[in-house]
Amino acid sequence: PAPASPPCPPRTGDTSVLAGLYGPAEAKLSKELPDRAALEVLLRPKVGLPGVLERSREQQLRQTCEAVVLGVLHPRTAVTLVLQVLSDAGSLLSCCLNAACMGLLDAGLPLSALFCGVTCTLDADGSILLDPTTRQEQEARAVLSFAIRSGDRKVLMATTKGSCSVEEMQQCLAAAQRAADTIFQFYRDSLCRRYSKD
Amino acid sequence: LLLPAQYDEDAEGERLLLSAGAAPVGRLLCGPGLRRSPAGLLVTKCGLLRHRPAGGGAYWVDSQQKRYVPVKGDHVIGIVTAKAGDVFKLDVGGSEPASLSYLAFEGATKRNRPNVQVGDLIYGQFLVANKDMEPEMVCIDSSGKSSGMGIIGQDGFLFKVSLGLIRKLLAPKCEIIQDLSQLYPFELVLGMNGRIWVKAKTVQQTLIIVNILEASEYMTAEQRKQALARLSGN
Repeated sequence: PAPASPPCPPRTGDTSVLAGLYGPAEAKLSKELPDRAALEVLLRPKVGLPGVLERSREQQLRQTCEAVVLGVLHPRTAVTLVLQVLSDAGSLLSCCLNAACMGLLDAGLPLSALFCGVTCTLDADGSILLDPTTRQEQEARAVLSFAIRSGDRKVLMATTKGSCSVEEMQQCLAAAQRAADTIFQFYRDSLCRRYSKD
Repeated sequence: LLLPAQYDEDAEGERLLLSAGAAPVGRLLCGPGLRRSPAGLLVTKCGLLRHRPAGGGAYWVDSQQKRYVPVKGDHVIGIVTAKAGDVFKLDVGGSEPASLSYLAFEGATKRNRPNVQVGDLIYGQFLVANKDMEPEMVCIDSSGKSSGMGIIGQDGFLFKVSLGLIRKLLAPKCEIIQDLSQLYPFELVLGMNGRIWVKAKTVQQTLIIVNILEASEYMTAEQRKQALARLSGN
């Protein structure tokens, strides 16, 4: 099946991920769902075979995408999203989320909302840093990633690594929601450029 | 249908407030890319918002896609993949193969079967195409005439383009087709599923037309005219 969307690589600093979307295509009988599209995400690391970390990221991405894709319009089909990590300099999960959203937009799958990913770290003294590099992630006390929906800016997915208090998490979330606006504006600008070529 | 369009870029998830200049009379039609929800109109695809004021008004989103989803009434080019009893299975580029009964051709009866082999190209329209059922195609219209549909002849070249280019080519008085027809005479079949079949007098002419059609998605009008001028000057 020909790719439904040409690969589009979003970059967060030096992290870049290539997303390719295939679908709605014919699903294997074992995988097809009678009322919705079966969404599958494959995350391929830059080197080596996909391991347990990639599997858990795939599930997180799949659940985020399922929350926005209107799968009921394409029952008994399969939608496959393949993400290839080209370079990793930190904030990989949010880069994957942004790549996934742009892939879904590009392929023309019906969506109820857009989403974006934001990563932030908490230092030992409680200061919040957005879009950390790998070094900053390793040195931080906690690393939080959020997937934020467009429109009402609600949280679709939240992942934390490390320890933080509830108030600190709320502060990180507020900072991430503010940053999400920049990312949605970027989506809008790149789509405007694409459609203005007509 | 390229009618006076509002060039707003709409991303999804937005509740659309359709500020109608004149109060719409009659029912407002919601086309592809728009969905009714309890909170109002929801935009489900990104693209340009188009409006047709005729017949009560219709709004839809013109989005660029490559993957085809069968829609009732669309004319498409299908490739025969299997013959199962009285029914042919066609690949139309969607998620399921479409079925075509052997009686759905003009002048076909149980004794007079159409000569369809596996691998043939068929130009037909969808009789049944919704998300819950297998799509069904026919090669006759409602009055029983074929009106251009049926088995596409031998030779020629089939290739795939994006759906947006097909819609552009199908618009009345399309410039690309007019420019190409100045170049060589050729036969052209456009399927709404992104498939185009071209046949010209020689293989070389066919391939030139194929290349121009594929490239016209990204070329501006001037670039296309330059390319055609170079070719006809040869």
